[in-house]
Amino acid sequence: MDTIKSRLVAIGILIVLCVWALWPRIVTVRVPGPDGRMRDSTTREVNLKKGLDLQGGIHLALELDESRGAVANRGEAIDRALKVIRTRIDEFGVAEPLVQKLGAGRIVVELAGISDPARGKEIVQRSAYLEFQMTDEDGVFRQALPAIDRALAAAGVSERSLGRAVADSAPSPAAPSSAAEDILGGPVARDTSRAPGRRDNAADTLGGSLLQGPLSPLLFGGSMPGQYLVAEEKVPVVEAMLARPEAARLVPRGIVLRWGSEALSRGARSFRPLYALVERPIMTGEYLTNAQARLDQLTTGAVVDFQLSRRGGRTFERETGRHVNDYMAIVLDQKVQSQPPVIRSQIGSRGQIELGNASLQDAQDLALVLKAGSLPAPLQIVEERTVGPSLGRDSIAQGTQAGIVGLVLVVLIVATYYRLAGLLAVAALPLYALFTLGGFAALGATLTLPGVAGFVLSIGMAVDANVLIFERIREELALGKSVRLAVDAGFKMAMNAIVDSNVTTILTALFLYWVGTGPVRGFAVTLILGILSSMITAIFVTRTFFLMYLERRPGLQTLSI
Amino acid sequence: MIRIFANANYDFLGYRRIAYFATGFFVVPAMLILLVFRGLNYSIEFTGGTLVQVAATRVVSASDLRAALARGGLAGAEIQAFGSPRDFVIRARLSARGTVDQQEAQRTSARVTETLTQEFGADAFTVERVEAVGPKVGGELRQKALGAILLSFLATLVYLAFRFELRFGVAAVLATAHDILATLAFVTYMNLEVSLVVVGGILTVVGYSLNDTIVIFDRVRENLHKYKRDDFAGILGRSVNETLPRTVMTGGTVIVALLALLALAGEVIRPFAWVMVFGVFTGTFSSIFIAAPILLAIERRWPGKDARGVKARVAPAGAAGGV
Repeated sequence: MDTIKSRLVAIGILIVLCVWALWPRIVTVRVPGPDGRMRDSTTREVNLKKGLDLQGGIHLALELDESRGAVANRGEAIDRALKVIRTRIDEFGVAEPLVQKLGAGRIVVELAGISDPARGKEIVQRSAYLEFQMTDEDGVFRQALPAIDRALAAAGVSERSLGRAVADSAPSPAAPSSAAEDILGGPVARDTSRAPGRRDNAADTLGGSLLQGPLSPLLFGGSMPGQYLVAEEKVPVVEAMLARPEAARLVPRGIVLRWGSEALSRGARSFRPLYALVERPIMTGEYLTNAQARLDQLTTGAVVDFQLSRRGGRTFERETGRHVNDYMAIVLDQKVQSQPPVIRSQIGSRGQIELGNASLQDAQDLALVLKAGSLPAPLQIVEERTVGPSLGRDSIAQGTQAGIVGLVLVVLIVATYYRLAGLLAVAALPLYALFTLGGFAALGATLTLPGVAGFVLSIGMAVDANVLIFERIREELALGKSVRLAVDAGFKMAMNAIVDSNVTTILTALFLYWVGTGPVRGFAVTLILGILSSMITAIFVTRTFFLMYLERRPGLQTLSI
Repeated sequence: MIRIFANANYDFLGYRRIAYFATGFFVVPAMLILLVFRGLNYSIEFTGGTLVQVAATRVVSASDLRAALARGGLAGAEIQAFGSPRDFVIRARLSARGTVDQQEAQRTSARVTETLTQEFGADAFTVERVEAVGPKVGGELRQKALGAILLSFLATLVYLAFRFELRFGVAAVLATAHDILATLAFVTYMNLEVSLVVVGGILTVVGYSLNDTIVIFDRVRENLHKYKRDDFAGILGRSVNETLPRTVMTGGTVIVALLALLALAGEVIRPFAWVMVFGVFTGTFSSIFIAAPILLAIERRWPGKDARGVKARVAPAGAAGGV
């Protein structure tokens, strides 16, 4: 009786520990308030972390892009990027963001449960790399256009060959109307009178000869040197043409082509600006020390003030002095932000960017971009996984369904085949589930879709230890042993097989953990926890049930097994 | 009381040649297919590339989608209905010759969503899942997966050599290697996509098969002590038969749980469930028809000391009578 008591106490302690680990606790989440700012809010949640594939979210792996020159101190650069990304994500508010270094040169970002994965990705991506680049003042790219056209035509590339024939009447997607007014280091009167909108107008700007060939007719002249406008619906075609090796080869050395981040609307149509920029930046975000958004008292427009380090200020002063009256593009992650402003005069270490009638939120976003943009090299996304929230919900529903059906079937089989002993084992199955989930919560492991599969699978496997024991008891009974002796021998003799076979399974699961990323790791953890708790339930809990049963019936001659 | 295979006495070892032939008949053509005609159908996690899963709000045909994507410069996109006629998985590439640089997968996924929005309107689709993997990450993963399988072999070998004897470990590992080949053959015939989850399935098969083999070997170890007069083949056969009820029972419950997964857990898990269903079958098969005969072959070729410290086969029965 004493052994039974102490066994029950041990089981009780395990149960209490698991329930405690799983108990709903108060968590703080940052949610956007009515004014657009983030504020803390608390909810109670069961202490089980759900993976991205179950609650939706985004997983990104990032690396330093060293295609434009090696980074001197890679470790430091990664650490800085890590910090930058953390700050940014905190500012934007995600429940439990994970930002960590993977190996020497990779950063993994996981934003779970965000309602809009695209925005989350944008946040991380935009934090990458800020450059100030001059536009192609001398028209180097424009001079190269005829050659590019000829090369494309020679290669048989045409708008039609790229599989795109959009009627002129095709509805163009609504474009954000915020052609931001940017003023840097002083007021600039922007000339918008030359806004293109009609083809002949563009022809004037570019010169009639450019209308021949596959590419040029798609480019309209912009309002500044180096700016071209592409009708929104033609963007993919132009992008595809420029991606062709024939075209890429002919883009002049020292010139890069960058798309604008926002569309411009001209009349009823919407255009995406394409910029030819001088590749060498006159300044990078590295030297930016501070940036702040505010609403201008007079114009009520949003403004971002920024400040450069002393060294950065000197360089900037020199460069802007050389480029007075030229246009400078603010390039973030290879996307030109708003309209490149004109440099009116030399700028030192302080400047401001006016955003016109953009909202304060936009200005705050840009300020954050500038602040966080101080990366020594751009980051590139080497791996992305995004899961929409509804897919995750479906997965949970389907997984739960499969789990319940699997469980019921297994219970039926075991109870039918092993009768009373089977029922004792089945009675231990809820404890098995509790131990597994409790272990999950205690380890802070993340439950993933393959993890759910692993759980269902391990319900089947959990029975194995019981099967080994029961078969052994049957054999011992067949040898003519008394019930009590047979039960003891059954548990004892099955031990070796249970331990040896499970240790090897755990070994393989450990390697699975090592090889896998998020979802597969969840599977490996479930498998390991499942095996451990199935051993505990089969060897310890079921045995206790047996002992209790036998204790009440001292003279038992036959066992229902 | 229901009992299956109670007091079974099948001559499993006697059927080993038929079993070898059957397994060769299954595995060899698949290996030829893999080597000569086409490799495994790796998922983009391994090859690098872009996958976009979309759910349409109205019924759209795969060919409409294909045509729309082609107009957006994504010719040759592979489109697959995924579970329901409104769910599609799109595997696309921008450049003709696979994914070239790290950023391309990103650009491709953006292009797919842009194109669909332009062609069908913003409300026609929701993007359920995006996977964009650069080629470098994929290559690393392939190496790691192979490494994990090999290392798990090594670890098992060491553990079994320590707990049993080296030859038990060798037999178990060879049987498991057979299971991997058989599972790969199955994957080839079914043309399943080899994703990381499927590799996880294969590693789980490794675990299950070893588990199954070890239960038999554990009984062999025990019986070697118990029936010291029997020859090795007899003990092997007896052990396989004695553990047969457990083998069938456990295999049965695991398969039942797997069938629930296969039928109900959705499209993402299905390949994994298939691999596991087959793996449980082949793991059970190999424990009986591969692992045990190999152990016997090793014993015959290199008669060694076994767990009880004497030669397993004691030549004249009378000589050992006094033990």
